[in-house]
Parts: sequence; structure tokens; C-alpha cells
Amino acid sequence: MDNHSSSQSFWSKYVFSLDHKVIGIQYGLTSLGFLILGFSLVLLMRWQLAYPEQALPLIGKFFGNASMPDGVMLPEFYNSLGAMHGTIMIFLGVVPLGVGAFGNYLVPLQIGAPDMAFPKLNMASYWCFFVGGFVMLLGFAMPGGAANSGWTAYPPLSIVATSGQTVWLIGMVFLITSSLLGSINTIVTIVQLRAKGMTFMRMPTLVWTQLVTAFLLLMAFPPLEAAGVLQLMDRLAGTSFFMPEGLVLSGQILPYTGGGSVLLWQHLFWFLAHPEVYVLILPAMGIVSEVIANNTRKPLWGRKGMIYASVFLGFMSFIVWAHHMYLTGMGTVISAFFQATTMIISIPSVIILTSLLLSLWGGSIRFNTAMLFSLAFLPMFGIGGLTGLPLGLAAADVHLHDTYYVIGHFHYIVAPGTIFALFSGIYYWYPKITGRQMSETLGKWHFWPSLICMNCIFFPMLIQGLAGVSRRLYDGGATYELAKDVLYLNKVMSASAALLFVAQIPFIINVFTSFWRGKKASANHWDATTLEWAATSSPPLGHGNFEVIPEVFRDPYEYNPPNSDKEFLPQNFDLQNDKKRED
Amino acid sequence: MKIPFAVEERPDTGLNNGRFGIWLFLASELMLFGGLFSAYILLRTGSSGWPKGADFLNIPLATVNTVVLISSSVTIILAWIALQMNNVKRFRILYSLTILLGFIFLIIKYFEYSAKFHHHYYPSTNTFLAIYFTMTGLHVLHILGGLLVNIYHLFPGFKLYKEDPEKYKGRIELSGIYWHFVDLVWIFLFPILYLL
Repeated sequence: MDNHSSSQSFWSKYVFSLDHKVIGIQYGLTSLGFLILGFSLVLLMRWQLAYPEQALPLIGKFFGNASMPDGVMLPEFYNSLGAMHGTIMIFLGVVPLGVGAFGNYLVPLQIGAPDMAFPKLNMASYWCFFVGGFVMLLGFAMPGGAANSGWTAYPPLSIVATSGQTVWLIGMVFLITSSLLGSINTIVTIVQLRAKGMTFMRMPTLVWTQLVTAFLLLMAFPPLEAAGVLQLMDRLAGTSFFMPEGLVLSGQILPYTGGGSVLLWQHLFWFLAHPEVYVLILPAMGIVSEVIANNTRKPLWGRKGMIYASVFLGFMSFIVWAHHMYLTGMGTVISAFFQATTMIISIPSVIILTSLLLSLWGGSIRFNTAMLFSLAFLPMFGIGGLTGLPLGLAAADVHLHDTYYVIGHFHYIVAPGTIFALFSGIYYWYPKITGRQMSETLGKWHFWPSLICMNCIFFPMLIQGLAGVSRRLYDGGATYELAKDVLYLNKVMSASAALLFVAQIPFIINVFTSFWRGKKASANHWDATTLEWAATSSPPLGHGNFEVIPEVFRDPYEYNPPNSDKEFLPQNFDLQNDKKRED
Repeated sequence: MKIPFAVEERPDTGLNNGRFGIWLFLASELMLFGGLFSAYILLRTGSSGWPKGADFLNIPLATVNTVVLISSSVTIILAWIALQMNNVKRFRILYSLTILLGFIFLIIKYFEYSAKFHHHYYPSTNTFLAIYFTMTGLHVLHILGGLLVNIYHLFPGFKLYKEDPEKYKGRIELSGIYWHFVDLVWIFLFPILYLL
């Protein structure tokens, strides 16, 4: 890498860039694209759920006979859509946006580092992600369609599934490699490249949550890679790691020697996939705490408690995985253990949420779009978290398992929870990234309809689930007597989902038009205290970050400090030096 | 632009970036093989009858391979010590020896695998052979990766020694740490697959 960005070619500056800011933006744009794609897939599913076996108007005829003959969706295609919606949203949308984009762009800036510790690995991480995403999409072109065994890929279904599943597994290997490179980079950067005076306890909450997240990715993903290798062997080499003996499919005994265990896959899978839940939520909590501290103009309440809680959350997340498996018959003793750990892990989440809520107390709140999204995060995440408690109890789970209640629960956490926090982050840091402001009017046109539609989609799911509607039904429960009273909700949810899609248009317009037409933003647009605001706005790409590496003198979020005439004290503001100058 | 602590140690953590990074990488590798070892335990305890390693596998060949791999760990350490003393000739001999021993391991493994196929023992034959082929196969891939890196350091990568000897020494150290890990995995694979 050289010091003269002007001499860099277009390719090395914007495409194969080693600069963490460019890579962060690449991650951001790619994952936003995947979010729209994942959302479009679920819209197709929602049509089928609300109007089962009716032809999809307008675009239905473009899908072809293999998936939607005459515009009517086939059950196999519905299953593919479900599996790919989950995979795309989690592995290609939300995590790359929260960890890849925000982590990459903000962590070095917030700790006062010139770049990530390993710029080349950083680039490799993005391109592994890109290839992984591409391979995932290739699945749709395979005979038999994309993976259709759910994002959990449970055997034996996934072993006997069509070749889309093999492509899915290969895609996952790329994504796991990408996350491995990224997480090593994040941890080394945070531990090694902190600026002078930036002690661990002075790091902003976002950096802390990214650090914990990186540890989760580093340690939880490899067992899934191991499981993926075993599943590939089952599919390609005819082994029976996950296959029981004498399995019969369509009247024929499958040619597997048996001796495998389907539970083995579930254990290995959830060993990753439960920490993955915290990978989804922790960066969101980090973003929300930055935005709330800044817009209440006071320090975060219980900041250190929040940090300890996130670290504890990280450790605990490794020993709760089997609460996804109460109904597998793994035994009541194991269930009791995982039930206890699950109740324990709710404590740090409550600490974080309560601290954020109490931080609002007595603040002079600025209700800009970023803050609105962060404020909405609190009750939405609250609903998501509280509806999770009955699922964590083995007895209650007997009734609720595999119903729409589960879908409602985790979507409350991820969609109006995490994704709202990510929107908040985009509105908050946009002036830093581009040097221009986003439109507040369009922002509010984005926020309010999104908030209403989200609730109209996910709250009815809780109601349907309590009534006992299974989440796996291709017709949304139309053939089930017990679902009759809550069936009308399918239409409410589907209409709300379509409206939610429309509600994202102001956001897309806002992101693009503000880039060229937005009002210019100053370097410290929000009067914030953390180090990224000490760099110039829209920091030059292909360069270091700061003209002079800043030195840190105090905790983050020193808003309205007592015994000072300043409204806020940036972390790198030297009071002593300032006094001398005044004297 | 220069990344701080790429070569020199950060005073308060006592590490440079590369050394910290490789240990994190190995932690994740540990979880990868840990997942497979757990799978092995679960499959074995859940099975009605688990064969003895000697029923299918060739213990003398594997013993030779264990000696070969341990020797290569010794030579890579000696190579690194020689480099620390700037004895380039001695370093290149010992480092080449490490690569050679790595290849000997692979050749022996090749004969082992082909003997299995010759007897019509495939991964699909039974779960013992399935886990044997999967775990040793993944281990072989790790050896191959390590050999590629070592060959790079020995030939095209060596010019770095003239430009920035400290950085080059750091890289050799990392390759040595990784090589030891691959060795260690074998030390666990050998008893659980062949002996127990």
C-alpha cells in the first residue's frame, strides 16, 4: 500500500481495496442488497400463505414451470424460499451488515487506529463473503432448485435433498472462512491497535460488542464447518454420520450403512447457531448505545455494567444451544440443564436493555431519525426477548415449539430489533461516511410506516402460534380446523409485509440522493465524543484515518460534564492543554 | 501507510499482531477439530460395536508417520533458531528438511489410503472408516496448506529476508507455530483412530 491515494487505480482503490473504510462500505452495500433479496423471497411466500394455490398476479408467470407453473407456487419451491430466506437474511444480510460493515468501518476509527491489523486478510474476508453469496444464489439454478431443508439443514431431510443442498454447504464453507478472517482481524485490531490512552474500559460500547461478537464468530463457527464437512461426506461419499439404519424413502430402503445420529447434526448446528443469535443482537446493542448516548446528551447509565453483561452474555451463549432441541427426545436431564442456563442468559440481556432504558431518564432527547429507530429498538427487542422466555422453558415449549409463535419471537428480535438498530446506525454515521446529511423528512417517512408494518406482521404470528398453527404449513393452515379462527390474520400479515416493502423506498431514495444532494455535514455532525468524529468527515479512502493519531484522555460519552462549561468533551480533548492556552 | 505493531511488540500486551492472530486462528482450528472429535465420541458411544483400529488400519505405517511428523516439528524449530542467529544456510537446509518430511508423511498416507481402496474399504463402508477418512483427510489438507506456505517462504518469499529480516523471522515463527499445531492434531488422531 502506498501513501498517495491519487496514484491508485480505480480497481485497487474501490474494488480490491485494502482500506477498512472501503471494505466496510462494500460489505454494507452488498448486505443491503441481500436484505432486499431475502425480503423479496419472503414476499412470495407470504402471497402463498395468504392466498394458497392462487396464481400470483403480474410476476407469477415469469418463474417457470419448475417453481411456479401458471403462477401457482409448488410446495418444493416454497420450501426453497423458506430455506434461502433464512440463510440470506442471517448469513448474507444482517451479520455482514452489523459485523462486516459497521465493525469494519467504525472499529479502527473509534479506537484511533490507522486501519485494521491485517488489511489483506480484510479484503480476502470480503471477497470470500462475496463468493459465498454468489454460490448460495447459484443454488437456484440447480436441478431441483435451491436448498430446501430449512436454514437449519436438518438431516436426514438435508442428506436426501436435491443438489441445491450441496451448493448450500459449499457456500457456507466460504462464508465461514470469511467470518473467520474477519473475526481474527477485529480481535487483533481492538487489542493491539488502540490509540494512546484508549484503555479497554474507555472503549466505546460499540467496540466492546464487536469484540465479543468476533469471539463468538471465531469459536462458534468452526464446529458448524466440521458439521458441514460431515454432511458433505454424507451427501457425496455415502457415509452415514447423520443417517440412522434402515431409513425408508418412497417405499425404498436407502443405501446407507447407518450407525449415524441425526441429533449429532443438531448439536453441532446449534452450537454455532445459538451464539449466532448474539452475533445478530450484540452489534445492534452497540449501535443503539452510541446513538442513545449521543442523542440524550448524557453519559450512558450503567456503561460498565453493560460491558460486563455483554462479556458474560458471550460466554453464556456457548452453553444454551440445546434449548432449541427440547422436543428431540434428548432427555429431561439435559433439558433441565439447558433450561437453567437459558434462564441465566436472560439476565445480562435484561441488564443491557434496562441500562439503555434508564439512560433516557432526564436526558434532553433529540428526536432525529437515528434516535427514533434506536428508541423503537428498545420495546421491539423487549417484546422479542420476553416472548422468548416461555420458549426457554421445556414444559411451555411442548406447546409452542415449531409454531408461528417461534417465528414471531425471533423476528421481533431480528427485524424490528436488530434491523432497526442497523437503520439507526446508517442514519447516524451516514454524515461521517459520505460527508453529507440524510433527509430527515424521508427518514421519518421510512421510520413510522416501518414500525407499524413490522408490528402488523409479527404480532399476529404470536397469536397464530398460541392457537397452535404450525410454522411449516405450505398453505398457512387453511386445511386445519384449529387454525380457522386465526386464518384471516394471514392476509393482514401479507398485506403488511407488502406495505413494509413499499416503506423501504424512502430509505433507498434517501441513501442515494443524499449522497449527491444532501446538505454538507461538518466533521462532528452530531456533536459526538467518540474518536471517529475526530477524523474528517468522509475520511479519504485508501489512506490512514487521522492526520495525527489522537490521544485519549477520558471515557466515551462525556456529555454535559459537571464542573465544565463545555456541552460535551470529546475523548481526545485535552483539558490541561486547553486551560494553558486560555491562560 | 504502516500498521503499528506488525513486527515490534506492543508494550502493554507483549505481542505483535501476527503472533496474536495466529493463536486466534489456532483457537478456531481447535474448535474445528474439537467438533470432529466430539462427533467421533458421540458416534462411538452410540454404536453397538466399534471395530479396533488394527482391524482396518496399518499401525506400523502410522507409527512411522508419527515419527516423521514429530521430526519435522523438531527441524522447523531448529530452522527458526538458525534464522534467529542469521545462519541463513543452516536455516534453509533445516527448513527444506521440514518440507521434505512433510512430503514423506503425505506419501506414506497415500500408500495407506490406496491400500484401503484396494481392499474396498471406502468411507461408505462403515462409520469407523467414515470418521477415519474424514478426520485424516482434513488433517492432510492442513498439511498441504502448511507445505504450500513453507515452500513459499523458502523460495519466492525469501527475498523479504533481505529487505526486512525481522518481518521474515516473524513469518517463519508463525509458520512454525502452525506446523506444531498440525503435528499436535496428528498426535491425537493417531491413538484415537489406530490404537484405542
